[in-house]
Amino acid sequence: MSTFQIDFSSAGKKRIVGIDLGTTNSLVAFMDLTGPEVIPGADGSLLLPSIASLNDDGTFTVGNDARRLLIDRPARTVYSVKRLMGRGVADVQDEVKLFPFRIAEGSESVIRLDLGGRSFTPPEISAQVLRELKQRAEAYLNEEVTQAVITVPAYFNDAQRQATKDAGRIAGLEVLRLVNEPTAASLAYGLDKRNEGVVAVYDLGGGTFDISILRLHEGIFEVLATNGDTHLGGDDIDNRLLSIALEDIATEWGEDVSHRGDAVQTVRRAVIEAKEALSTAPAAQIDVEFQGRKYQREITRELFENLIRDIVDRTLGPCRQALRDANLDPEHIDEVVLVGGSTRIPLVRSAVETLFRAKPHTELNPDEVVALGAAVQAAILSGDVQDKLLLDVTPLSLGIETMGGVVSKLIHRNSTIPASATEVFTTSVDGQQNVLIHVLQGERELVKDCRSLARFDLKGMEPMPAGMARVEVRFLIDANGILSVTARDLRSGKEQSVEVKPSYGLTDEQVEAMIMESYEMAEEDFKARQVREARVEADNILAAIEKAKANDAWLDLSDEERQGVDLALNELHVVYHGDDHNLIRDRIEKLDNATRRLAENMMNSAVRNALKGTKI
Amino acid sequence: MFCRYCNHLQAPTPDYYEFFALPRNLALDPDDLQKRFYAMSRQFHPDVFTLHSEQEKRYSLEASSILNDAYRVLRDPISRAEYVLKEAGFDIGEQRGKDVPPELLEEVFELNMALDELRSGDEDVLPQLDQMRHNFVEMLHQIDRDVEEQFRRHDAQATLDQRQAVLSEIRAILNRRRYIRNLVGEVDKQLTARNA
Repeated sequence: MSTFQIDFSSAGKKRIVGIDLGTTNSLVAFMDLTGPEVIPGADGSLLLPSIASLNDDGTFTVGNDARRLLIDRPARTVYSVKRLMGRGVADVQDEVKLFPFRIAEGSESVIRLDLGGRSFTPPEISAQVLRELKQRAEAYLNEEVTQAVITVPAYFNDAQRQATKDAGRIAGLEVLRLVNEPTAASLAYGLDKRNEGVVAVYDLGGGTFDISILRLHEGIFEVLATNGDTHLGGDDIDNRLLSIALEDIATEWGEDVSHRGDAVQTVRRAVIEAKEALSTAPAAQIDVEFQGRKYQREITRELFENLIRDIVDRTLGPCRQALRDANLDPEHIDEVVLVGGSTRIPLVRSAVETLFRAKPHTELNPDEVVALGAAVQAAILSGDVQDKLLLDVTPLSLGIETMGGVVSKLIHRNSTIPASATEVFTTSVDGQQNVLIHVLQGERELVKDCRSLARFDLKGMEPMPAGMARVEVRFLIDANGILSVTARDLRSGKEQSVEVKPSYGLTDEQVEAMIMESYEMAEEDFKARQVREARVEADNILAAIEKAKANDAWLDLSDEERQGVDLALNELHVVYHGDDHNLIRDRIEKLDNATRRLAENMMNSAVRNALKGTKI
Repeated sequence: MFCRYCNHLQAPTPDYYEFFALPRNLALDPDDLQKRFYAMSRQFHPDVFTLHSEQEKRYSLEASSILNDAYRVLRDPISRAEYVLKEAGFDIGEQRGKDVPPELLEEVFELNMALDELRSGDEDVLPQLDQMRHNFVEMLHQIDRDVEEQFRRHDAQATLDQRQAVLSEIRAILNRRRYIRNLVGEVDKQLTARNA
């Protein structure tokens, strides 16, 4: 573990937290005096399962509590939503079959999940997890938290990054930076203190795989190349085991339960437990008990490794490509760092060791290292850490559609970001006033093989003969890996308006509407909490009076006084179960007034008793 | 520090050599360039300006994108030479790489024959193709050495006219290089398509 030169001279300013928004688990961390620390939840656990379950009243239950609901109400409980971020319905057809929750009718460019009649986009679900982490941090740090660094897979495209940023906004967080997960991990390791060298970070998480190759030099972390697969991770291993177990069960029980959400979740839980056990044990048992029926099967590590070998091998192609792009051979790699829960699997470790011919670093917990790195990046942004600087790259080439459905590349993959490109456009028809620019991301030559990012409409051009107009368009990828486009008319020098139509994302207006909605929801949450608090207060005074009635002081009161107390008691009972906290508090106050004499009497008798026992 | 780039929307893209405060030489010391790049990154990067005004954030984004673009172009000798050629008014379009250099006519003819045979399923040409690919790659290495030589010659010239004359020669070498690189690319494409 490295040491950090931290300058807290600017104490008192707002703290920026680092968040690892994972497929399976999410964490929030901050920079403490001694280095980055993960913030525990009220139950003491550092990992918050990235699961959100919709309650009847429209609120969400998140984390471990939601995990229990996977089996009780599978159709309303969402997990692995990160795999749906920034994607269209057509992209996820295959895996949606395995999810117990449904895609809402009419979802087009943005997926909408139908949870018991109400629909939610993936950023809204992620926002539930982020809000929980925000509250966790606020409770722990005892201050309001509004700014965050959030990590994303390095191989996330523009739409997936934008969706993550949207989730932050909906949760009430200003996302100051999206930082790539493998790069964040390298920051946490602080390898720069020991080494000037080249580091490979292999990050196999729940749903995504990244490989990044960095050069470290005097505190500069320069990413040379990155590659990956945003649809490859522990989930794929779970799904492999799951489908085998379900087939087995169909034979054994004579019933196919694969369409039953609760059954599938029960089996899923069991195969995950077996998978995790196999990281340390030579054999494990898949143990399912569902509505009185049992299924058991032993699985050896050898069998397990044969089952998942092709999944692990799929990570090696991106590793080799990243090496080629960095213009390096495996022996140039000085250090290898493992990140992500799936790197606990021995087969994964040995595959990495063989490829890079180096023993990987595993000193830091692979579940926590990304969040710790996010906290370091947060401290860099706040100025608390000044010796480190991250220079990251864009994982995918950016291009525009040209004649014949061919993509012309403007910014190549592995370009250090911020990166930009300028292109001059003209019109093809006399008097044309609009030009539509189709922007794509990907390495292939044809539009149909690349990922459509957005269509930019240049509007309000001077009507001119075809080919005479000249509009210069500047494409800029910022430090978050997110694209923006500006344009100006080269003849007039005027800034040209650009209308953005994201292909797989929410418009600004949609995000704004979701933020408003979440404020309303937060208000409802606030109300519910106030009612709960008022009831707790009522419980306290009711218990105190119950006790007082057994005291002599109660008998010292006049009949009238006793009746007054009983009346006030009844009135509090009447409103106790209502949802108006003001009313409850009002009745508590009245009861308090009615019992003032009683309290005085008790105090006096207590004093008398105390004096009795004391020799003066 | 950023004032020069404040009105970026009106100003043309700044000159990459000026940006790095380097003389307009084609031979550059990569270590020195990297050092300048790192130092300027620490100065301009958006991370340093996160909590500053919107305007400063915009300038930092602008300046660091130019810095990164400039570094990417200058650190690679070929893209550096192409940049200098373009700025000096030479046309370096892809089109120029499509005419067969006369001295390569024979080799190119043989290569196309071999590729045709491969496409029609004749695998016997594979060793021959391999040898041809090897020869072309060797040519590329030789060209890279020639280019470096020409870089030093260019930098040693006293007048702009003399430099312009050397640049013209460099352009010819680069066109030849691009042509051969495309040939190698074509062979690789055929071989991968066959393996797939």
